[in-house]
Amino acid sequence: MTVPVQVRSARPKSTNPADFEAVTGRELDWKFTPVAKLQELIAGDLDGSRFDYTASETAGVSLSWIPVSDPRVGSAGLPEDKASANAWAAATEVLLVSVTSEDVSEITITRDALGTTHRAAHIVIEAAPFSKGTVVLQNNGDARLVENVEILVGAEAQLNVISVQEWNDDALHLASHFSRVGRNASLQHSVVSLTGEVIRVNPSTVLAEDGSSVNMLGVYFADAHQHIEQQVYVNHDAPQSKSRVTYKGALQGKGARTVWIGDVLIGNKATGTDSYEQNRNLMLTEGTRADSIPNLEIETGDIAGAGHASATGRFDDEQLFYLQARGISEEEARRLVVRGFLNEVVQQLGVPALAERIEASLNAELEAGVK
Amino acid sequence: MSTLKITDLHVSVETDQGTKQILRGVNLEINSGETHAIMGPNGSGKSTLAYTIAGHPKYTVDSGSITLDGVDVLEMSVDERAKAGLFLAMQYPVEIPGVTVTNFLRTAKTAIDGEAPSLRNWIKDVRESMANLKMDSSFAERNVNEGFSGGEKKRHEILQLELLKPKFAVLDETDSGLDVDALKIVSEGVNRAKENSDMGVLLITHYTRILRYIKPEFVHVFVNGKVAEEGGPELADRLESEGYDRYLEIA
Repeated sequence: MTVPVQVRSARPKSTNPADFEAVTGRELDWKFTPVAKLQELIAGDLDGSRFDYTASETAGVSLSWIPVSDPRVGSAGLPEDKASANAWAAATEVLLVSVTSEDVSEITITRDALGTTHRAAHIVIEAAPFSKGTVVLQNNGDARLVENVEILVGAEAQLNVISVQEWNDDALHLASHFSRVGRNASLQHSVVSLTGEVIRVNPSTVLAEDGSSVNMLGVYFADAHQHIEQQVYVNHDAPQSKSRVTYKGALQGKGARTVWIGDVLIGNKATGTDSYEQNRNLMLTEGTRADSIPNLEIETGDIAGAGHASATGRFDDEQLFYLQARGISEEEARRLVVRGFLNEVVQQLGVPALAERIEASLNAELEAGVK
Repeated sequence: MSTLKITDLHVSVETDQGTKQILRGVNLEINSGETHAIMGPNGSGKSTLAYTIAGHPKYTVDSGSITLDGVDVLEMSVDERAKAGLFLAMQYPVEIPGVTVTNFLRTAKTAIDGEAPSLRNWIKDVRESMANLKMDSSFAERNVNEGFSGGEKKRHEILQLELLKPKFAVLDETDSGLDVDALKIVSEGVNRAKENSDMGVLLITHYTRILRYIKPEFVHVFVNGKVAEEGGPELADRLESEGYDRYLEIA
C-alpha cells in the first residue's frame, strides 16, 4: 500500500505515462472527474502531430514549431497526472509562442478545426525579459484534446494569458498549464470555460523568483450535463511573491457540475508573501453540483498575508419572485444576477473585445437554459 | 382614478400537512389616494393577502377575483402585475447576490416604464430619495439586501416605492423590526410618495404604532382569513386600547 502524498509539492512528476498507475477515479486528483468518458484520452493513443490553428500577424509576437528536445520544453513544469504525461509523450512538436515586444502586444490563437481525433498538444508561451503581451488561446469546434501549456515569464515581464473554451457541446478537453514567473515579473492567467462536455483545465504557477506575482482568474458556466473542472495550484517559492486566485462560476440545468480545487503552498523560502484565493459558485437551478475545495499550506512563519474563501450560493424562487415583483422578467432576472456575479472576473480579463463577446455568450447560454 | 378590487377571495397554500385554507372570502376595494390599514393577529392571513396580490407562486387562489381597473390581476404574471402598477414592500426582502442596488433599481425602473430612464434625471432622483431616507450613498454599490440590517432593508423597500411610483402599494408589516427613528423615516417616505402621486396604500400591520405616522382613512380588522370589522381611524384607536382578544373570542 502506498502512503498518500500529503504535501502538494511532493506529488510525483514524470513525462512518462507508464510512471502513473491506471486512473480509476478514486485518486485524489481524479475523484471528481468523469474518468469513464476520458480513458482514451488519459491512457489511449493520441495524435501528437502539429495541430491546425489560425493567428493574426502581430508585431512583437512570433509563432514557430520547435522540437520536444528544446531546452525550454519542461522548464516551467512537468506532468503530475497520467493524462498530462500521455500528452507529453505523444506530442512530436511544440508550438512556441514567443513574446518579445516591450510595447504591449496582443495575439489570439484560434483552434477551431481539431476534429474528433484523440489528440495531444504542447504549447510553450515565452515572455522575454521586460516584454509585455497578451496571448489568447481561443478554442472552438470539436475536440478530443489533452494538452500541456507551459508559460515562461522572464524577469520584469508582464504577461496576460487567457484560455477560452467555447467548444462544441460534445468536446472533451484536458489541459495542464504550468507557469513559471521570474524576478519582479507578473502573470495574469485566466481560464474561461463555457461550452464542451468535459473541460478540465488545471493551471499551476510557480512564483520562482523574488517579487514575482500572479493573478489567476477563472469564469465558468456549466449547463445541463456539462462538467467543468479546474485544479488551481500556486507555489510561492520565493520571497515577496504575491498571488491572487479568483474563480467564479454559474451552474444551470440538471447535471451541471463544476469542480474547483485551489491549492496554495507557501514554501519556507517564501518570506513576506501575500496570497489570497477564492472560489464562488452560483447555482441557478436545482440539480446542479459545485465542489469547491481550498487548501492552504504554509511552511514559513513570516508572511504578509494569506487567506482563502469559498462560497456557493443559490439563485432561488424567492429571489426570482423579488425581482419579478419589481417588473423584471424571469429571463432578465437570471441575466441580471449572473452578469453581476461573473462581472468581477470578466472585467479583469484585460481584453475588452473578448469581455464583450463572453458576456454575449453568457447571455446566449442563459437564454438557451431557460427554454 | 384607479381601483383595486378584491372580491370574495379564497386562497390556500400547500403544507406538509396538506392543503391549508388561509383566506376565506376577502372583499376589499381601494381607490387611488386612499390609505387602508389591514390589521389583525398573527396567522389571520394578512401577509397571504399581500403575497396573493403580488402573485407569489406559493399561494393558490381557489375562488374570487382581484381586478385593477376592471382588468383581471390573477391572470397576470408577477412582473406583469408590477408593470400594471402594483407594488409589494416585502416583510422579508431577500438578498440578491451579485446585483448592486444601482443596477437593480435601474433595471426595475426600465422594466416598469418600458424604457430606460434619462440618465441625468435618474441619478438625481435616486440620490434625492436616498438622502430623504437617510441612506448612505455607499448603499448604491452594495448588493441588493446583502448584509443589510433590518432597518436598511425596509428603507430600501421604500426607496423602490418612491422611485417606481406604483398605482397601489401594499406594505407588508413594513413597521416590524424598526426602532422609532427608522419607523419615522420609513413613514415619511411613504407619505412623500403619496403626496407626489395619487398612490393608494394597503398598509398591513400587526401594531397600531405605524398609524401614528401614516394616517389611514379606512381600517379593516382581519381575523381568520376574512375581514371581521371595518371602520375609520377610530377603529385603530380602539384596537390600540383593547387588542384583538375581542375578535378571537368571537372566532
